[in-house]
This record gives sequence, C-alpha cells and structure tokens, in this order.
Amino acid sequence: MTGQGTLQSTRQGWSSPQGAAALAAPSPAGKRRAFDGRVLLGIFLPLAIALLWEAAVHFGFAQGRLVPPPSRILTTLWGLAKTGELWTHATATLWRILAGFAIGAIAGIVFGALSGSSDALRRLLDPTLQALRAIPSIAWVPLFILWLGIFEASKVALIAVGVFFPVYLGIAGAILSVDRKLVEVGRVFRLSRIALARRILLPAVLPEAVIALRSGLGLGFMFVVAAEFMGASEGLGYLLVDGQQMGKPDQILAAIIAFALLGKAADSLLVLATRPLVRWQDTVRERL
Amino acid sequence: MLNLDHLSKIYADGTRALADINLSVRESEIIALIGGSGCGKTTLLRLIAGLDRASAGSIRLDGEPIHEPHPAVGIVFQEPRLLPWLTVSDNVAFGLAHLDRSERKARVSHALEKIGLAEHAERWPRDLSGGQQQRVAIARAFVTYPKVLLLDEPFSALDAFTRASLHEHLLGLWEETRPTVVLVTHDVQEAVTLADRAVIMQPKPGRIFDELPLTLARPRDRAALPFESAVRRVLAALDQSLKPVQPSPHRERDREAAALWW
Ligand SMILES: Nc1ncnc2c1ncn2[C@@H]1O[C@H](COP(=O)(O)OP(=O)(O)OP(=O)(O)O)[C@@H](O)[C@H]1O
Ligand SMILES: [Mg+2]
Repeated sequence: MTGQGTLQSTRQGWSSPQGAAALAAPSPAGKRRAFDGRVLLGIFLPLAIALLWEAAVHFGFAQGRLVPPPSRILTTLWGLAKTGELWTHATATLWRILAGFAIGAIAGIVFGALSGSSDALRRLLDPTLQALRAIPSIAWVPLFILWLGIFEASKVALIAVGVFFPVYLGIAGAILSVDRKLVEVGRVFRLSRIALARRILLPAVLPEAVIALRSGLGLGFMFVVAAEFMGASEGLGYLLVDGQQMGKPDQILAAIIAFALLGKAADSLLVLATRPLVRWQDTVRERL
Repeated sequence: MLNLDHLSKIYADGTRALADINLSVRESEIIALIGGSGCGKTTLLRLIAGLDRASAGSIRLDGEPIHEPHPAVGIVFQEPRLLPWLTVSDNVAFGLAHLDRSERKARVSHALEKIGLAEHAERWPRDLSGGQQQRVAIARAFVTYPKVLLLDEPFSALDAFTRASLHEHLLGLWEETRPTVVLVTHDVQEAVTLADRAVIMQPKPGRIFDELPLTLARPRDRAALPFESAVRRVLAALDQSLKPVQPSPHRERDREAAALWW
C-alpha cells in the first residue's frame, strides 16, 4: 500500500513539471486569444446591424431616407473631410472644449483642494457650491448669453461650469479620503505642511484626480453640444443642427460619429498622459 | 536615557488608556512591552513618538521633554505603512530628505542589504510580500539613526519562520547603532529572544504590573534551558497580572450562593 503510494507520488513528481510546462506554455497565448475574442464579440453586434441595414437598403426592403445606410454616412463623412469642412468644425469644437475644460478643471482643482484641506474653508465653500451644483447647468445658458454675448465666451463658460463640478467633488473627496495612517508617517518624519502636501497628499490623491478629470472631460463633451445648439456658425454641434434643419440625417450621423471618435481620443490621451503618475497603483489596470 | 514620569492618558471619550506609568529605559536597552489587548501599549508608543499628547506626566529623552515627533525617535507601526507611490528604496529614503544624494544612497543601499532586500530596491511596495514590506518599514525607521526606536507589534501578522528571520535582521541592524528599543509584542518567545527587560502591563486603566530582567547572553538559543526558564518566568508573571481579575467571579458566585441560601 505504502509502496504504491510512494510510486504514485514519484510518478506525479515526475510528470508534474512537464504538466506544468505544458500548462504554462499555452496560457499567455490562450489569454491573448480570449482577449481578442471578447473584443471581436463586442464589435459583432454593431457590425451585423450595419451590414443588415446596408443590405436592406441595397435590396430595396427599406428606403433609408431617415435612417441612411452606413455607406452613405461614411460617404458624407468622407465628403466633409475632403472639403476640409470637417476639420474646421472639429477644431472649433475642440477649441471650445479645451478652453472650457482648462478653466473648469483648474477652478475645480483649486476649490477642491481648498475645501478638502481645511475644515473651515469646507464649511465656508461647500454648501454654496453644492447648492449651485443642484442647478441644471443648461439653466445658466440664458444668463450667460446676457452676460457674455452669444459668441465664444458664453459657450466656454457653459462648458467650464459642466467640467467644474465633477472635478471639484472628485478632488475634495480624494483629499478627505487620504489614509490618516500615511499622513501620520509624514508627521513622524516631521514634514512641514507644504512638504506633507507635496510628498503625501498630492501623490495620494492623483489616481482619484485622474478619474475626476476624465469625468469632467466627458461632461465637457456633453456640454459643448448644448453650447453649440445655442447658435453657432461652426462646430460639430452646428453640423447636427444644420443637418436637422436641412433634413440631412447622414450629416447628423456623421457628426455623431466624429463626436464619438474625438471623445474617445481625448479620453485616451488624458489616460495616457497621466498614466506615468499612477503606475504604482495596486488596482486592476483600466483598459483603454 | 528615556524617562516616563507619572504618565497618564485619558482619551476624549473618557477612556483611561494609561494611568501613572513610570519607566526609565537605559541607552541601548531593548525592552519588551507585554500585555493583553487594550492595555494601552499602542497608546504608550504613540505618546513617546509624539503623535498624541499625554494627559498628565512627562516623557523625557536625555532630559529633553517630548511633545511632538522628535528627530531622535523612530517608530515602526503595526502595519508597514509604506507609501505605495514610492519604490522600496525611495520609501527607505523617505526620512532622509535633508541629506545629500550620495549619503542618502549609501545609507539606503546599506540598510536594504542588511535586511536582505537589495535586489528589490526598485520594486513597488505592492509587489512585496507582507514580511518584505515590514522589513522595508523597519529599514525606513533605522536609516535615520534614531536614538529611540519604537516597534508596535511589527511581526504579529507573520508566520513563525518569517518572524524568526526578522528577529535576526532586526538585531543585525540594532548592532550597528545600538538604539534604545521599545518593542510591543504579544509573543513571549519574541520578548525573550530580543529584550533585555520585559515590562508587563495590565489593562483598565493601562499600567505597569511588573518588570523582569532578561539577562541571557546573546545570541540567544531558543532551545537552551535558560531560554525556556525565562519564557516560563515571563508567562508566570503574565498569569499573575491576569489574576487580580479572577477573585471577583468567585466572590460573585459566593454572593449568589449566599443569596440563594435563604
Ligand atoms: N483614539 C482613541 N479614542 C478613545 N479610546 C481609545 C483610542 N485609542 C485607543 N483607545 C482605548 O484605549 C485603550 C488602549 O488602547 P491601545 O490601542 O493602546 O491598546 P493596545 O494595548 O495597543 O491593544 P492591542 O494589543 O489590541 O493593540 C483601549 O481601551 C482602547 O479602546
Ligand atoms: Mg496596539
């Protein structure tokens, strides 16, 4: 009995390294394949719908006037790109987002840092800011137009307001949730207030700050559309309005696609730019 | 020389965490604070580290009173508390910002070598095991060459093997600058392995029950007879420290019996 047991365990001992090697070798490849498969799975549905619709219009089952087939949308997009119109509109939109995002994010970071770092300042600032946050941002539009005119300034202001609140909340919350235990490490080494902020608080809030900036940027894209609806002569939002008024659904859909691509690109850029700052994080890495 | 003089601590909620602690620790002495949970060991270390204020009494290091974190006092917490955004070597160098680069580098690499983590210098804390992280925390406290080093159950989360090897690393580092060490522990074996004196504490309010000198020659052999007898003496004192609580249930039972009698 015991002899058999020993024999078995020896055999297992022999076979297990090979088994392990056999298991280990394909596993990265297997992982990659599984990953690719999932991505393809995600693309499958929109692609299938697009092809089906294309076929339906092509074979005359549907007219495709209000819902143009993908080929016509792409042709429109291509046409806009060739005449350079697309770039004019895209840069106008991007410029507005950039200006609004910069103003909103900087203000959000400053106010968030103030209200996160001092109890007195939080009691002073936070109730007012929370009350302002409860107002739907679009409600400011008439006032901004009265104050700042119908041109760029009022649009940038609206976007800045949209970006400000998520950034403010994220930064203040991140500072408040910094681990007291790490702050104590700073105290043990007798860091000054400024050194404490620079060497402990700042790095500790970076990951959440990045998340706050990303959601701010997302809202920036949302509000730029609203801003461009309120009367613009260029911008992707103008393309939307124009498409509606002229009855050109392909132009609307082309603008929507441009929005999606720009939004994704801007978010990816932000993630890439901030990745070196948060690569120490012990979390599941977010995928782009 | 570290002197605690009639030290008391009452927390804001009225908890009497420490009452009338008197203790003096010689230079380069290693003392072990032993006692049940909640008897104020962590509170005592936090007072010596200057992280909390005493309610009464004083703490003096070579005659100088301590009210706030002091450059000559280092502490290793129960958790490693490494800064996750710094590499291992930057964590160890955290308290050395005032030194110039080369001195800093030399001290850090020497300390990492001493605790056996030289090849991990550029890794992130998240990539280390619990025992390795605790070693980094010990190195971080040692590299500033403190006169007094406070250790709050630094090994309590580790298995017996890791703990034994960390004891060696700790003594190796201690040999170099011979700081005064106050070590909080639940482990009597650990106390006898490391300390020159065991201080046994009692709860509610936290106070010192007894002190036992541990005068075994170093390095200490855990298997030897003197070690065993020292462990037994400390255990006996710990038992005693818990005894005064025991008579009361008896008395309670007697009173109950008396109540039932008639
Ligand atoms: N911040 C605080 N506020 C109020 N009471 C506290 C505070 N910190 C500790 N205490 C109380 O003081 C007493 C001593 O606590 P302390 O943490 O010093 O115990 P300890 O000996 O370190 O225990 P353990 O071995 O479990 O770590 C306990 O009764 C605890 O509840
Ligand atoms: Mg404790």
